[in-house]
Amino acid sequence: MNETAPVQSQGFYTEDMTISVGPQHPSTHGVLRFVVRTDGEVISEAIPDVGYLHRSIEKIGEKVTWHGYVPYTDRADYLAAMFANQVFCMAAEKLAGTEVSRRGEFCRVIACELNRIASHLISVGTFGQDIGAMTPFVHALRERETINNLMEEICGARLTYNYIRIGGVGYDILPETCGRISEFLDHFEPIVDEYNRLLSYNKIFIQRLAGVAVVSKEDALSYNLVGPNLRGCGIRWDIRRDIPYSVYPELEFEVPVGTGQVGTLGDSYDRYWVRIRELQESCKIVRQCLKMLPKGPAIAKVPRKFKPPVGECYARVEAPRGDMGFYVVSDGSEYPYRVRIRTGSFTAMSIIDKLSKGIMVADLIALIGSLDVDAPEIDR
Amino acid sequence: MEVKEVYLQLEKKFPGKVGDFKGDVPEPYCSVSPDAIVAVSRFLRDDSNLKFEVLSDLTALDWPKQEKIQVVYHLYSYSNKSQIVLKVDLPRDNPVVPTLEGVWKVANWFEREVFDLFGVVFEGHTDLRRIMLPEDWVGYPLRKDYVEQEEYDGISTQRAPLVEKLLR
Amino acid sequence: MQSYIDQLIQDGYFTGVPREVVYAIAMVLVAFIVLSVFVAPLAGVTSWLERRVWARMQSRIGPNRVGPQGILQWLADGIKNLLKEDLIPSAADSKLFSLAPYVVFVGFLCTFVVVPFGSTLIVADLDIGILYVLAVTSLVVVGILMAGWASNNKWSLLGGMRSAAQIVSYEIPAGLSVLTIVFLAGTLSMQGIIKSQGWAPWDWYLFNNPFTFAAFFLYFTAALAEGNRTPFDIPEAESELVAGYVTEYSGMRFLFFFFAEWGNLYVIGAVATTLFLGGWQVPPVTDDAILLGVLQFIVFFLKAYLWVFIAMWVRATLPRVRVDQLMALCWKYMVPLSFLCLLGTICWMLAFPNGNQIFSVAMFVLGLLILAYFLKRVLFQIRHARPELYFKPHI
Repeated sequence: MNETAPVQSQGFYTEDMTISVGPQHPSTHGVLRFVVRTDGEVISEAIPDVGYLHRSIEKIGEKVTWHGYVPYTDRADYLAAMFANQVFCMAAEKLAGTEVSRRGEFCRVIACELNRIASHLISVGTFGQDIGAMTPFVHALRERETINNLMEEICGARLTYNYIRIGGVGYDILPETCGRISEFLDHFEPIVDEYNRLLSYNKIFIQRLAGVAVVSKEDALSYNLVGPNLRGCGIRWDIRRDIPYSVYPELEFEVPVGTGQVGTLGDSYDRYWVRIRELQESCKIVRQCLKMLPKGPAIAKVPRKFKPPVGECYARVEAPRGDMGFYVVSDGSEYPYRVRIRTGSFTAMSIIDKLSKGIMVADLIALIGSLDVDAPEIDR
Repeated sequence: MEVKEVYLQLEKKFPGKVGDFKGDVPEPYCSVSPDAIVAVSRFLRDDSNLKFEVLSDLTALDWPKQEKIQVVYHLYSYSNKSQIVLKVDLPRDNPVVPTLEGVWKVANWFEREVFDLFGVVFEGHTDLRRIMLPEDWVGYPLRKDYVEQEEYDGISTQRAPLVEKLLR
Repeated sequence: MQSYIDQLIQDGYFTGVPREVVYAIAMVLVAFIVLSVFVAPLAGVTSWLERRVWARMQSRIGPNRVGPQGILQWLADGIKNLLKEDLIPSAADSKLFSLAPYVVFVGFLCTFVVVPFGSTLIVADLDIGILYVLAVTSLVVVGILMAGWASNNKWSLLGGMRSAAQIVSYEIPAGLSVLTIVFLAGTLSMQGIIKSQGWAPWDWYLFNNPFTFAAFFLYFTAALAEGNRTPFDIPEAESELVAGYVTEYSGMRFLFFFFAEWGNLYVIGAVATTLFLGGWQVPPVTDDAILLGVLQFIVFFLKAYLWVFIAMWVRATLPRVRVDQLMALCWKYMVPLSFLCLLGTICWMLAFPNGNQIFSVAMFVLGLLILAYFLKRVLFQIRHARPELYFKPHI
């Protein structure tokens, strides 16, 4: 795929190189591949090539029962497993009209927001690592270790939780765990300032990101960017606020939006900054939930053989990478007819081809990191 | 704006092309005929009252008993906070539908995925090739009657059942 | 050292041998001793120290198993790499591929000939000492280009090209900063430059005039860029996020590149100390030659190693600069600034032919204040850095 293109009028001919960024790479988030055509520094085209992590989770949904599908949803995005659990259970509950126990709803929100903190820590850490600062990554992982331990206390697993079940949650959160979560939040909130001092206000970091890969509002809507990518462009859309679900209407929190404080509105720094602010907002949400946790059963009574009526349903949650939607179709039996997972990273990949024309290879890495794409979400 | 009113507006603007409105389900939907889908989507996106700015999802359902593949479009409006679902029925042996790439650019990837997994051909698509599976894969996995190929690239895809393996 | 050899010849040890041959053999022998006894363990221990220093900055521990506190880790790594399979890609140019690490290594080792450890402890006190260092470190560029080209790998080629461009560009601010000091000292020889400074901090060239103060930081930044260290480590650590020009290398060949890099850190520190920090000058506390020699060696080593530590600190903290920003930094900012420092120093020398003691002391006090403020910020960070919080699950 080499093209010859005359560069100077003296008859210099240079060829564009076609190189492959990935699939084995210390930086791309998961197993991704980009076929990049470049003249050494400036990219003329970067074509994503996905499918290395395709595990046909959607087809598996047609073979297992409704209850039995919940562990598979964990793997749809293993960094934000709680959200996939929650949205599948929400879709099944909406279809069948089951009630969710109130304590279960609060436990769901606590677990989900802790998972959001963990996912954003990974995102911010690996983003710093891509840009070259290796220390914030290790600090972020150190905090995430505590969250993983808390999750292990809550539900027994550190990464793929299988915690949120149809009708509520699998296990109750004990009072000692609540105490430990509070301690962790007290310890964690000042650390976000540490990340800011180390990374966000660093001149080299800002110079790398300001004005790089700007996404305009029309493009964001046309390419269906969601989550922090959309909010980084200035559009204040958060499913927790605008299509409220669970107990979010009773909680107070802000929705951070990118403001173009360095460089242009909608550049990579804005998307990164939205994630840092969301870390702080999630802490607030968890604190409120811990205070408001009611007594009661953690899970409502749901039949063993869950058979929702014939129909279809679409449910969404605000996952760390955007709006994760589950479209489930039921034909009345105890196996779903079709499960469709629509994730934020899939649509974020579609914009990379457009944004990557004319930027440098180092900027491509910054772009992928700032969009926070995650291979399991893309390929499912 | 209620979905019923949206549907009535659509019926007025595109007589005969839309039909089968179902409003009392969790996700109200209506059917659109394949040749009108681009015009309907463009109208829904550009109309100043309706303002469905975003194509939330584009997927397909396979109904072998009714011999059809249904392509499902979920449109969402951020300004009005409402959703509408459009369904297009296509014959199972030759599913062809015009592409929505001119209306929303994200349809490029969604349609590639539907082509890859269901075999629906989108006319006018700039780059219709498989996205998840390798280029030389045979078959459309998410169809209900899909049978895996025996081997791929020389490696067998069949695995002996575990009980036999243990007994051996 | 030359006087010592002269003494031995006078004592009649090498009667039948011509003088030049004695000198040559002595120099080779001493260079060999210096390189094997000092440089090799130094580069190794620097690699261990770098890993420990990074680890503490990242709130983890680092290698601490092999030997007391892990100090033999580099030896274990070296032996492991020697035992690895020697891979040369089939489509690579095998002669250039094998030769490249050695060229880089030679380019770095040759500088140790003129690094002074004490007033009489130097392998060869060349008259063109500092110029020799600048010239020989450019050999590294040839080695890197060979490595990048001979690997037959587009990533390596890109990494090699970038590295060559980076090193060649940053030679200029480094050379100009060095030239600033050479003007002040009046000689190119390393010992001569040190002898023209004094032992007290206000006699160092660092505080001599504000232009040399600026020249010091320019030199240090340019030397970091020449050594391919962060924030300028585009060619090596994850150039396009593969390993750059060392992608196809494995085993001992791979280690050679990094050996040269860690040793180069010390050379950067040594040259910075020689030029700006007064070298091995100590207050005249003793007359005993051996004790004085040891004291001078320790002082020089500590001063040089401080800069090694600071280079590691910088690497753990700062992100990477993009290639075009790096080039812009060099050509648009550092080269004009170095010219300015040079001209400023010359004007200062014309204004104060014998130096300005009062100003030097004032600069020294200013430097102390800046250091005090810096330490205050460091203390703030240390106090506000939270210790780790780690819960064992209660099940």
